[in-house]
Amino acid sequence: MLQVSVYRYNPETDKAPYMQDFEIDTKGKDLMVLDVLALVKEKDNGMAYRRSCREGVCGSDGMNMNGKNGLACVTPLSEVVKGGKLVLRPLPGLPVIRDLVVDMSLFYQQYERIKPFLINDTPAPAIERLQTPEERDKLDGLYECILCACCSTSCPSFWWNPDKFVGPSGLLQAYRFLIDSRDTATRERLADLDDPFSVFRCRGIMNCVSVCPKGLNPTRAIGHIRDMLLANAT
Amino acid sequence: MVTNITNFGRSGLSDWLMQRISAVILLAYTLFMVGFFLLNPNLDYAAWSALFQCTLMRIFSLLALLSLAAHAWIGLWTVSTDYMKATGVRLVFQAVVALGLFAYVVWGVQVLWGA
Ligand code: SF4
Ligand code: SF4
Ligand code: FES
Repeated sequence: MLQVSVYRYNPETDKAPYMQDFEIDTKGKDLMVLDVLALVKEKDNGMAYRRSCREGVCGSDGMNMNGKNGLACVTPLSEVVKGGKLVLRPLPGLPVIRDLVVDMSLFYQQYERIKPFLINDTPAPAIERLQTPEERDKLDGLYECILCACCSTSCPSFWWNPDKFVGPSGLLQAYRFLIDSRDTATRERLADLDDPFSVFRCRGIMNCVSVCPKGLNPTRAIGHIRDMLLANAT
Repeated sequence: MVTNITNFGRSGLSDWLMQRISAVILLAYTLFMVGFFLLNPNLDYAAWSALFQCTLMRIFSLLALLSLAAHAWIGLWTVSTDYMKATGVRLVFQAVVALGLFAYVVWGVQVLWGA
């Protein structure tokens, strides 16, 4: 039997959030946390959480499992359960809509701000803009982000200033477009980041790196952005 | 772009750079001081005042003092914008810090060039 404690909050009926305990029979299997949630939902149909692909691709089931953010669908119990107990909470720092479902607006606003699309003011070629294999290689470790928000919601700087600090996920994407050889808006992009909050609130504690389910390294990307800002300004 | 008026320099980059440079200067000053104390175990007033008679030492000390002020301002400004969400509280805190640092710099100049 697995002791599962789940964060519950329904703003329509509950005055305050509370933790609810469930006894879940895993039949001795090393289930994924998402499977356990399905078993919880069998016991209480009102339980709300997001999921879609159930294989670590869509990024919709980011949550806090025994204190660490991750995707429930690719996190086996053996990785998180301590002392037969599993505590599930919504991603920290974002407003809770209901139970494990959070309002991601602030996260998406920061993503939108960095203009996550190629900008190119040169005439479009007949077929496509070509890239050398080396230029393409620079995007590895950046483009794979699935916007699950596990990183940004584990970042204290994002907790304190989610409206001003872009956050690790957004900055990883900012760098993805800054170094794309097909993008010509490098200067404008850098100018948009050169304030005391957007990039420089990163204190380099690397919470983001330790939770990214895709094994990406936002801290390194942030360092590269800083170098680019420095090179641009001196 | 996020705008600010109370941060130290013109941009986040200049603040960040200033924070690094001032840290290096403070480190150099600290190491120098530690070295000086180690080389002069029986330090007396004459040696101490002779050290600060030297213009180079005064300039170095002033540089360290200004670095300390800049470093403290950038650091405490950051802390205040992280943790103090009420504008009034933040403003009062920043004013107190700014005044305090200003007083220290003026006092420091007085000490260095006074005697
Ligand atoms: S390294 Fe930077 S972005 Fe990553 S968690 Fe720490 S402060 Fe946040
Ligand atoms: S960088 Fe990693 S943790 Fe952050 S949003 Fe992208 S995939 Fe999720
Ligand atoms: S359900 Fe899609 S990433 Fe987990």
